[in-house]
Amino acid sequence: MAIKRAQLKQQKQDALAARQPVLSMPEGGEWITAARKDAAGRLDAMGLPIRRDEYWKYTRPDAFTSAAPEAAALADDAGAQVFEGVDVLTVVFRDGAFDADASDALALDGVEISRLADAAQADIHWAKDIYGALETAGQDPVERPLAALNTAYATDGLVIRATGAAAKPIHVVYERSSDTSDVVLHHVIKVEEGASVTLLETGAAGARANTVTEVTVADTAAFHHVRSQGRDQERQLLTHMFARLGSESTFKSFTLTPNGKMTRNECIMELTGDDAIAHVAGALMADGKDVHQDDTIFITHDAVNCESRQVFKKVLSNGATGVFQGKILVKQGAQKTDGYQISQSLLLDEDSQFLAKPELEIYADDVACSHGSTSGAIDEDALYYLRARGIPHRKAQDLMVLAFLAEAVDEIESEELREAILRRIRLWLDLEDDL
Amino acid sequence: MLEIKNLHVKLEDEDKQILKGLDLTVETGKVHAIMGPNGSGKSTLSYVLSGRDGYEVTEGSATMDGFDLLEAETEERAAEGLFLAFQYPVEIPGVSNMTFLRTALNAQRKARGEEEMSATDFLKMVREKAKTLKIDGDMLKRPVNMGFSGGEKKRNEILQMAVLEPKMCILDETDSGLDVDAMKLVSDGVNALRSEGRSFLVITHYQRLLDHIVPDVVHIMANGRIIKTGGPELALEVEKNGYADLLAENA
Ligand SMILES: Nc1ncnc2c1ncn2[C@@H]1O[C@H](COP(=O)(O)OP(=O)(O)OP(=O)(O)O)[C@@H](O)[C@H]1O
Ligand SMILES: [Mg+2]
Repeated sequence: MAIKRAQLKQQKQDALAARQPVLSMPEGGEWITAARKDAAGRLDAMGLPIRRDEYWKYTRPDAFTSAAPEAAALADDAGAQVFEGVDVLTVVFRDGAFDADASDALALDGVEISRLADAAQADIHWAKDIYGALETAGQDPVERPLAALNTAYATDGLVIRATGAAAKPIHVVYERSSDTSDVVLHHVIKVEEGASVTLLETGAAGARANTVTEVTVADTAAFHHVRSQGRDQERQLLTHMFARLGSESTFKSFTLTPNGKMTRNECIMELTGDDAIAHVAGALMADGKDVHQDDTIFITHDAVNCESRQVFKKVLSNGATGVFQGKILVKQGAQKTDGYQISQSLLLDEDSQFLAKPELEIYADDVACSHGSTSGAIDEDALYYLRARGIPHRKAQDLMVLAFLAEAVDEIESEELREAILRRIRLWLDLEDDL
Repeated sequence: MLEIKNLHVKLEDEDKQILKGLDLTVETGKVHAIMGPNGSGKSTLSYVLSGRDGYEVTEGSATMDGFDLLEAETEERAAEGLFLAFQYPVEIPGVSNMTFLRTALNAQRKARGEEEMSATDFLKMVREKAKTLKIDGDMLKRPVNMGFSGGEKKRNEILQMAVLEPKMCILDETDSGLDVDAMKLVSDGVNALRSEGRSFLVITHYQRLLDHIVPDVVHIMANGRIIKTGGPELALEVEKNGYADLLAENA
């Protein structure tokens, strides 16, 4: 056993040794340099994930740990138009580099917003307190070395502080024009007491991208997040969202993943104030044997009367793989916890697979937690009924796919954003808009 | 309109013969009714005509104005003008009734090489037809048949028929589960659609429906075949005496 553990540790170190030479720490001021060095220290101690890692049982970490990304051919539709028509503040990163010309001025009522690269030179107290701190806390009880790698080597990102109700959503558009770009971005968001802000993200950030977002939502504050990860066949994407919620706060995150060769979205949330609400949802459309997508969620309830909700829907076809690892940890004293988790897949053929690992770990006695995971084929009776009315097989199937995904999309609170996502899915499926 | 000759059908997965040499002709513009004991194969006939999986035609033919039904895909038969009002309408979560109707109508039009209907025209048309069937706006918005009562589902079938304007309508026990008023509503809906170019095949257990939708011809089906054909008086006879005499006659 000891030998085995030593062996694993060595393999993780070897993986890091292969990746590290191509990484270089960006220039920055005092505080960020200290945070980066801390993160590099954490990374050194952990090494990088390997295939035998329990936490990477269903998803090979290789794509994210290799020295250079696999070349990813450019897609003609990166999906950046998802929120067309929605009034937003646009911020563009192209292959990880801030694109000032394509971005709006970084000014918005109710919000302070700047680039991480700029904040790194200044002494911004609040950012200093968050940058890397939530990631550090999120290393326990499960190690997430690639998030530490991000903290140590991220080149840019956004630093957002909402002090009131943000006048409009902040839309981060990730463009890519390179088939070999290797992007590391890190966002820090603080939503002050009673404030609210919505973050939208669209597009594929790079041929390979590793992004971390750290969010603290203060008492009675609200954070909404809706993203579409780019209909980009070959991009490889790893995201971590670390969130800490104060009392009576709200956190809602929704992710649409339309294909992409490799995607792993980790969401690590800690409910630390009473009466907080945390919802995380995702819809996946995965078509093709090279498509692999993974949602890994870890929600810690550490306060009384909180609600958490996970709703994940995955449509898999032509040999695609969908993974869901979702854990709810209810700490001692976190009474009246209401934890709900559902993950469902719709398998359009027998070559595709859905791997799910739902987990509950509960140390309080007065809680209501439920989880369910299902895997099913298309309902043949419904399909026949639709076809008997003249709807061609493919379109009938698409209607049912949309209906299936809509249950996750419905988790988005804003009707405008919900409609934007549905419109996008309909467009991809070649379905007409609803009347 | 509809011509079925010597139709033999068995279950695909089982060695069970259900239709055993069925002959039936429905002329253009006529209303035919089929009555028959439970399990005689009435629903099976309607499923086979519309192309449901699970059945195997071992012999015989079925054509609609010369169009070979048995060779075509289910959706092609529908676009060609075949409509089946289901005995058990299917619930489809997440697809609104309105979207369903519009997708179906436009898919059929497209298949026939016709223009799709604009959203405005469509809404106007559906609302009008729904009103006569007492289907309210809420039912149109709700997912197809989800949470509909038995009678509401049947009314919804007739609405689909009214919207799609098929030429050959098969109604499989559309009257079962309907209260007296709904029966009248549905019958009026069907009668409004009766026309020179449109035929009906009405499957029912009860003479009462045939008081409202008066058929030109009545068939008795038993054990996978049509065993007797006559006028509306045949339905009255069944209502009075049951099937025993007819079955004995045929044994
Ligand atoms: N898929 C199936 N699997 C097994 N048996 C079947 C299947 N479909 C039909 N049958 C059988 O075939 C026979 C005819 O069934 P069908 O539903 O066509 O009868 P029906 O005349 O419509 O009866 P009812 O008046 O009760 O509606 C029945 O014995 C039924 O059990
Ligand atoms: Mg029947």
